[in-house]
Amino acid sequence: MSEYRIQGATGEWEVVIGLEVHAQITSNAKLFSGAATTFGAEPNSQVSLVDAAMPGMLPVLNAECVRQAVRTGMAINAQINRWSRFDRKNYFYADLPQGYQISQLYHPIVGEGEIAISLDEKDADAATKVIGVERIHIEQDAGKLMHDQHPTMSYVDLNRCGVALMEIVSKPDMRSPAEAGAYVKKLRSILRYVGSCDGNMEEGSMRADVNVSVRRPGEELGTRTETKNVNSVRFVMQTIEIEASRQVDVLEAGGKIVQETRLFDADKGETRSMRSKEDAHDYRYFPDPDLLPLELSDAFMADCKASLPELPDAKRARYQGDLGLSAYNAAVLTAEVDTARWFEALLEEGAAPKAGANWLTSDLFGALNRLGKDLSESPVSPKQGAALLALVADGTLSGSLSKQVFEIMLETGDDPAKIVEERGMKQTSDTGAIEAVIADVLSANADKVAQYKDGKEALFGFFVGQTMKAMAGKANPGVVNELLKKALA
Amino acid sequence: MTDLTNLTVAGIRDGFRAGDFSAREVADAFNANVAAAKVLNAFIVETPDHAVAAADAADRDRSEGNVKPLSGVPIGMKDLFCTQGVQTTAGSHILEGFTPQYESTVSAKLWAAGAGMLGKLNMDQFAMGSSNETSFFGNVISPWRRSDGGNAALAPGGSSGGSASAIAARLCPAATGTDTGGSIRQPAAFVGISGIKPTYGRCSRWGVVAFASSLDQAGPMAHDVRDCAIMLEAMAGFDPKDSTSLELAVPNWEVALSGDLRGKRIGIPKEYRVDNMPAEIDALWEKGIAWMKDAGAEIVEVSLPHTKYALPAYYIIAPAEASSNLARYDGVRYGLRDLPDGAGLQDMYAATRAAGFGPEVKRRILIGTYVLSAGFYDAYYTQAQKVRTLISQDFDRAWEKCDLLLTPTAPSAAFALGEKSDDPLAMYLNDVFTVPSSLAGLPAMSVPAGLDGQGLPLGLQIIGKALDEQGVLNAGLAIEERAGFTARAEKWW
Repeated sequence: MSEYRIQGATGEWEVVIGLEVHAQITSNAKLFSGAATTFGAEPNSQVSLVDAAMPGMLPVLNAECVRQAVRTGMAINAQINRWSRFDRKNYFYADLPQGYQISQLYHPIVGEGEIAISLDEKDADAATKVIGVERIHIEQDAGKLMHDQHPTMSYVDLNRCGVALMEIVSKPDMRSPAEAGAYVKKLRSILRYVGSCDGNMEEGSMRADVNVSVRRPGEELGTRTETKNVNSVRFVMQTIEIEASRQVDVLEAGGKIVQETRLFDADKGETRSMRSKEDAHDYRYFPDPDLLPLELSDAFMADCKASLPELPDAKRARYQGDLGLSAYNAAVLTAEVDTARWFEALLEEGAAPKAGANWLTSDLFGALNRLGKDLSESPVSPKQGAALLALVADGTLSGSLSKQVFEIMLETGDDPAKIVEERGMKQTSDTGAIEAVIADVLSANADKVAQYKDGKEALFGFFVGQTMKAMAGKANPGVVNELLKKALA
Repeated sequence: MTDLTNLTVAGIRDGFRAGDFSAREVADAFNANVAAAKVLNAFIVETPDHAVAAADAADRDRSEGNVKPLSGVPIGMKDLFCTQGVQTTAGSHILEGFTPQYESTVSAKLWAAGAGMLGKLNMDQFAMGSSNETSFFGNVISPWRRSDGGNAALAPGGSSGGSASAIAARLCPAATGTDTGGSIRQPAAFVGISGIKPTYGRCSRWGVVAFASSLDQAGPMAHDVRDCAIMLEAMAGFDPKDSTSLELAVPNWEVALSGDLRGKRIGIPKEYRVDNMPAEIDALWEKGIAWMKDAGAEIVEVSLPHTKYALPAYYIIAPAEASSNLARYDGVRYGLRDLPDGAGLQDMYAATRAAGFGPEVKRRILIGTYVLSAGFYDAYYTQAQKVRTLISQDFDRAWEKCDLLLTPTAPSAAFALGEKSDDPLAMYLNDVFTVPSSLAGLPAMSVPAGLDGQGLPLGLQIIGKALDEQGVLNAGLAIEERAGFTARAEKWW
């Protein structure tokens, strides 16, 4: 798919990218403790004895977190491992009270899967690719350190400590920043559809470790570096460009790439090394003796499968196929689960698919953009939107009248029928009235009529405009056209 | 009036119920013994008020006709169990001053059953030891002395050395212990009392300071088998807060106690006849075999071929788990914090742990870290786990031929304090008979069976099938009924 290359001084370089995405699982309680997971709480107000690693505390697995991970695996067509196990990853840090993280190294809960990406989902002709997923495992998140609250001490907030994470490891199948960006967007969308993660990268519920290496096209894989905790799609793409370029510079100068962990500095536009070799950790992974192996029953698997919603790719295909929507509209409507749900609510209230899609994607989105709101804050509800479209469908409103009514709906929150009634905004198809107005317009513009009859056909539009103006926009445009044609014949 | 402190748990329970004395009198008597025995150093913290409050509540309950299973019985609590509002140290400086805001499941069950707490019992640091010589709070001294008149201070065994010493000296009628590789059974044998390590998962580990998660088990220590049964019934039971807890009803072990072993086959594992085994211990073992026969059992020789690998496997697995379990003692959230001037995080970790942990704890953390490290994991840890499976399978095969196993508990009687503390490996050999059943998670108990040539107690061990605590207790009772062990430590403290 991708012909992306870095142009080095000595020739072209191909970029190989793998992403490890950490996604916080949506659940009421943490992975191994009953403490709450809500974002933004007062520091250290959501910390159980287990999270604080008090003496004698023991982990107890939260089945809901397992369910979310399995549902996610199913949503990417992955192999679900009916038997998996938890391992301890041992290291010391102030955000890790136990001195180890409970993770799954040797036997993860989800095996190989795949995510289909498109470089532009709105363009049916855009390049597509399937990115392999190596595995998904569940593990504990660490707490948060704040180094800027005190001159000599760092502050530790353990609210996040123990929250369940899915670590979704891609295969090194990506070859350009655009592919990586598309992968992250698609993964995020799938997670939000499934409801297993809110995908909120600014709040840290989803973050990416970006693995980058470069090579001459056709050669063996180069040494990779890992840039940790990149928290936006844009930064992921920037990280890849910057890191790949840096590696090319090093190699062309005769140097070697050190396999290491790096951090992305958005302000400086660079990546820098996080750990020196001396600090390299030996995590001494071993099976956690406080937990039993995780075994999934048939009933559990069936329940997970049955709970999956229609996923974005299937929904997009159905919108195009069954509902006859354009590739563009289908893509826009299915990119975010909330948009699709709004659209389907609109259909349920009786709107026709194509009309509904067009209205939502241009009129409603246009208005929301202008007002600086998102769909969840829309002043107009799906029911009201459907009602508006119905008034157009049954001829009560013309297209342009409906736009005027829509503006009033946005301002007042009133139902369209009420607005039309109160302000007498129905369009009129009264041929007698329209004929009378047309007669006035033509007689008031006799010179232009003569020019039109001489061949200046563009003036037809002028007559239409004048007629509509004289009727305050309420004339049925179709009827106006017909009657004008007759009058000018 | 009898000296109440000579009574067993059953004696106190039944006498109290019968109205022979008040719970308060019992608590006062034991509190007095505790206060007068500081030289033994069995307690790290004494809690006479807790015992009195429980006694007063028991007396009130009795007057309302509401007695609980352990009403009137004051006990000692090994300092490995987190007790709410009462210092819990695990015998270590790194937890000195740590006061839990929560109660361990096992201790909570005992208080709910009506028992009272006389104090927190001294122990080997983080349960690592076989002589109670690794406690930050000083050695525990056994109330026993050799008959050679030498007055050498003897080790009570470990790690539940404080529990053992206190019971033998009548400072409490019973106590909790924990057993990871023998820490209930070996001290029980050294001081002539009974102790049982139940099947792994019978007692909850929630609130027990963790040493080796796949091996640690809480259990009772008391004068006799009946008392152990009574205590274990109160301590055991499913706990949803412990993922390794067994979801099974607690059997009525006391009611079903019987020393009649007709129909039972007792296995004698030939590999437990180790080189240089003292003749006295061998002789006692023979006596035990005769007692089993007398109780109606059939004796069978069995083989547990991987026995000799058990100790090395244990001293790989247990330290490995401990090296991870003890990582939380880092000076950040509780316990000791040593923060030298200008120290960063790593310096604080190093200073705190260097100052807070004793040498044996450090030794085991280093061993554990080493056997889990890259390049060595397969050779040590994986290999040891495989050996563990083989040892388990040895027992499974033995159960085809017998129902219970009879072995000595320890390879010697109590040694003097300081006698083995220079050689950690010699100290580890104390566990040679107890470790295999720990690795296999099987119930095992020690009962006092005789005295050695110097008048020191010797114990015999019974090992049973998983979940057959009843079989183990019954065989223990059969020995107890025939051994006639009435020896007591002569009071010198």
